[in-house]
Amino acid sequence: MRNNNHNHGNVIEVQQISKMFGSFTAVDSVTFDVPRGQIFGFLGPNGSGKTTTIRMLLGLLAPTSGTALVLGNDVRKQALNIRARLGYMSQKFTLYNDLTVEENLRFFGRAYGLHNQKLRDRIDYVLEMADLRGRERETPPNLSGGWRQRLALGAAILHEPDIVFLDEPTAGVDPLSRRAFWDLLYRISGQGTTIFVTTHYMDEAEHCENLAFIYFGRIIAQGAPGEIKAEHLPGDVIQVTPGSAADAMHVLTKAHQSGQIPGSVDVSLYGAQIHVLTQNADATRHQVLHTLEQAGQSYSDVDVIPPSLEDAFIRLVQAQN
Amino acid sequence: MSETMIEAQDLTRTFRSGFRRKRITAVENLNLAIQPGELFGLVGPDGAGKTTTLRMLAGILKPSSGQATVNGHDIVKGAEDIKQELGYMPQQFGLYPDLTVDENMNFVCDVFDVMGEERQTRMEELLDFTGLHDIRTRRGRNLSGGMQKKLGLAAALVHKPKLLLLDEPSTGVDPVARREFWDILTTLHAAGSTVVVSTPYMDEAERCNRVGLMYGGQMMICDSPSGIKRMLPGSVLALRADNLTLAEDVLKQVPDVLDVQPYGDVLNIISNDEAGASAIESRLTAAGVTVDSLRPTPPRMEEAFIYFVRQYASGDAAQAAASPTEVTA
Repeated sequence: MRNNNHNHGNVIEVQQISKMFGSFTAVDSVTFDVPRGQIFGFLGPNGSGKTTTIRMLLGLLAPTSGTALVLGNDVRKQALNIRARLGYMSQKFTLYNDLTVEENLRFFGRAYGLHNQKLRDRIDYVLEMADLRGRERETPPNLSGGWRQRLALGAAILHEPDIVFLDEPTAGVDPLSRRAFWDLLYRISGQGTTIFVTTHYMDEAEHCENLAFIYFGRIIAQGAPGEIKAEHLPGDVIQVTPGSAADAMHVLTKAHQSGQIPGSVDVSLYGAQIHVLTQNADATRHQVLHTLEQAGQSYSDVDVIPPSLEDAFIRLVQAQN
Repeated sequence: MSETMIEAQDLTRTFRSGFRRKRITAVENLNLAIQPGELFGLVGPDGAGKTTTLRMLAGILKPSSGQATVNGHDIVKGAEDIKQELGYMPQQFGLYPDLTVDENMNFVCDVFDVMGEERQTRMEELLDFTGLHDIRTRRGRNLSGGMQKKLGLAAALVHKPKLLLLDEPSTGVDPVARREFWDILTTLHAAGSTVVVSTPYMDEAERCNRVGLMYGGQMMICDSPSGIKRMLPGSVLALRADNLTLAEDVLKQVPDVLDVQPYGDVLNIISNDEAGASAIESRLTAAGVTVDSLRPTPPRMEEAFIYFVRQYASGDAAQAAASPTEVTA
């Protein structure tokens, strides 16, 4: 929990929700809960059902079956009750390119029913928060990707929603801007707003407090990043940079397959590095280096690293196929 | 084979752009040496100069000053020779959307003069290798992002280049397709190809032999991933606690804490070694944070990158603040 003061129950409760488009099942019996104030990550490859799920939670698309409660309201029947308490930043940039930063914010603020002093206060807050001060009179096309994304986020939270839905908010943004964007999400979350974010970047998913992996419409894993890794890819990774990737890989694969490396679970070459997944980091590390030295293979930079969330995800997907 | 695959000296490229055609420096005094067989990562934020660097090395863009050789050829005088020996994959899908996979491949074979039986064998090989065999009659526009990237790579490989220059091949590609793409790069690397790949993803940078971190047109750091992580001052501690928002505010006030970076339910603290875990823990406890655990953790490439860029950027910001032309409304 970023801030336990706001932890009171679930703001989203989804039970066995499905969505069919003709004979195609876009979302297949999905169940999950999101507690208040949490940063919840909804992950999966392109076309796995992430956007469809968001659209159902926003009440824009009726589920074919199952129930979803958002802020205690059924999305099928009571969507209008909650519209004003939700914020949505869609995948495509949806602000007006011919309006300035400030005009855009004023337009969206009014659309959400803000007026006068309240509207001015909120615009001030967003300009400050998104670091857009000094750029009020610029139009979005003159802003870099990172600024535009922060502006779009600002427009989505002007009306102080209880939950904000972000659909792949950082697609195509560089690491530094992504970090700035996440710093903002943490701030907003720290103030008690629940954040529901979809992404297909696994490094970004490591920033979420809780995750659900969706694959071909079905949830294949759920939990905190650490829990998912511990459950689906337990152990450590010994990472070695070999002098000759092909030769070193050959030597280590042979040793692994004949059981000479204690604790080793898997040996793979990934880019320029060999990864040995292990249940016994110390013993494996020792034997890996010994094996390479015996075979006259040079190496540099040996590290023991935790497996990445992406490694866990790829393993889960392979298990599905 | 020449000893060094790529050698650049003081490579610089300026452009005129925007209002009043102001001169901007996209790449500034870049020095670089890449050996045959290396898998080299070029990383940096948007506008750091990665694409301009790759385009110069590919012989497509002339440098404003400085020089470089690729496989022994000068990038200006020998640009045509270089094109025969390298495969360049631009960031945008560079093939024809209204041609099928097969037709696109045939077209590229025509351009590189790969003919007859050699063409047949090479095309079969590459379509197998990139997993495009089953969709060879599909048009370019109907391919997913990941498939377009694979077709781009297959096209860059038809003439068996010694060197591959790939500009953000995995941007906008989902994790499964991204892993498949990297499996292909891994195979090429293991077979001895020299690969230079630009990427905004730090986990991909971690997969390279060596990484060049670019920022503002300059090469900030160039070393192995482990070497770069070792350059991080102090050590990294992972904190789990009941209130990370409060913890972050408290830690930013501690002088020995160099940087604080949140990762979901964990806060990574980059601290000077003098600020031991126990000192940090007592500061947090005094401020009312209940610490669940605080232990050393290996630094990630992302931490190193963000730390170094912030250092660099704050240097720039200080200079910018001193300049009288800076106006804040």
